Amino acid sequence: MVKEKTEIFGKKERALISDPLDGNNPITVQVLGICSALAVTTLLAKAVVMAVAVTLVVALSNFFTSLLRNAIPSQVRMIVQLIIIAFLVTVVELGLKAVNYPIYKELSVFIGLIITNCIVMGRLEAFAMANTPWKSFLDGIGNGLGYGLILVIIAFFRELLGKGTLFNYKIIGKTSEFLIDTTNSTLFGWYEPNNLMVLFPSAMFVIGIIVWVHRSWNKDLVDVS
Amino acid sequence: MRSNNYVIMFVLVMTTIVALVLSGMSTGLKDIHEKNAAVFNKRSILSSISDHISQDLNSMSDDDVLELFDTKIEQIAIDAKGNAVTGVKAEKIKLSDEFKKPEAERVAPLFIYTDDKGEKYNIFSVRGKGLWDAIWGCVAVNADLNTVAGVAFDHLAETPGLGAEIKDNPGFGKQFIGKKLFEGSKYTSVAVVKGGVKDPAHQVDAISGATITSIGVSDMMIKGMSFYKPYFEKHKK
Repeated sequence: MVKEKTEIFGKKERALISDPLDGNNPITVQVLGICSALAVTTLLAKAVVMAVAVTLVVALSNFFTSLLRNAIPSQVRMIVQLIIIAFLVTVVELGLKAVNYPIYKELSVFIGLIITNCIVMGRLEAFAMANTPWKSFLDGIGNGLGYGLILVIIAFFRELLGKGTLFNYKIIGKTSEFLIDTTNSTLFGWYEPNNLMVLFPSAMFVIGIIVWVHRSWNKDLVDVS
Repeated sequence: MRSNNYVIMFVLVMTTIVALVLSGMSTGLKDIHEKNAAVFNKRSILSSISDHISQDLNSMSDDDVLELFDTKIEQIAIDAKGNAVTGVKAEKIKLSDEFKKPEAERVAPLFIYTDDKGEKYNIFSVRGKGLWDAIWGCVAVNADLNTVAGVAFDHLAETPGLGAEIKDNPGFGKQFIGKKLFEGSKYTSVAVVKGGVKDPAHQVDAISGATITSIGVSDMMIKGMSFYKPYFEKHKK
């Protein structure tokens, strides 16, 4: 048996982070975590906090599960995984409540619902139960970032087109408070904030367009059968 | 396959560790959480009179908000007969708990803000139901106890872009400024109506696409504010 070479940050390890950003993206390719992608993408600030929270939870739960993988009794392995996830989500929730209370209020139930986010459980079962803690940690970071990247792209379009703001900074709108005031502008006079972008269906449209763009750019993902 | 004893021991040890860490963290952060919640509530109370505060509420630090609240605001708890109740601090009153009591036993908060010019504003709290869950708000009324000076609404789970506009769209709240709670000596309050305002002194426009939430706001303004009616009648000039 050939002993596998262990590197801290070799080619394999780098791929663990870069794969979920592109060819194995949790949202656009694995189609996991769609529900929260609809709910928390009305504002960029919300999407960024959610992305960080999910990345932390996936990375750390992957790490702990992998650490315990030989000790976890197989009869109750799902329950044990759930305890780890629920523990970390509660830690994140308590932390966020102390650090940024208004954002905690805005995200309301969705922080708690990370527990049910399919990405987390999916990575534990598919990766952490069979790999070393360091690799599992990187895999978690990669998948969290892959999820967060899509979330931020969706939120960028929804906030800009729906409210004319980015990170609550006023970009384009009908009063002089905005960076681009459309009332007297010849270039942007046509602009009208689109309330549909604030509503949930728009997230589906944006995800659909992202999947389309992603697949025409990365031909490996096109299913020929 | 592990033995049953191993499984039970493993789960017991693990849940104990998790429970200890979480309860430790929760207790350790309790003070910060309570302070944050207090600042959040006080900010939303003050936002109903944001036009009359010399600083910009959004850029004020947490400590400034607490200081402004403590120095400029007088707190009174009001009972169903319109009398002040002693021994109850208005900021500690939870309307959600008060609504579980019979109406005669309820108390509601009143915050009186005095601005730099010496003008007094009375801020009343109301609570009601939106489409999905609770909605609540603060209604600021001028010293005449008739003219609305500003409102601030919030909600638990209304739809972004529709019902959530009661909080997110400043234009909705601005409509209330200058409306009258009384017509002569008759209590009318301010209704939220669809299809155009017919009575400009007592009506504002509803949010299109958010009928149920708009009705909820209307109910809060009429039925919710009516709890304070005995107080208005006693103190109205």
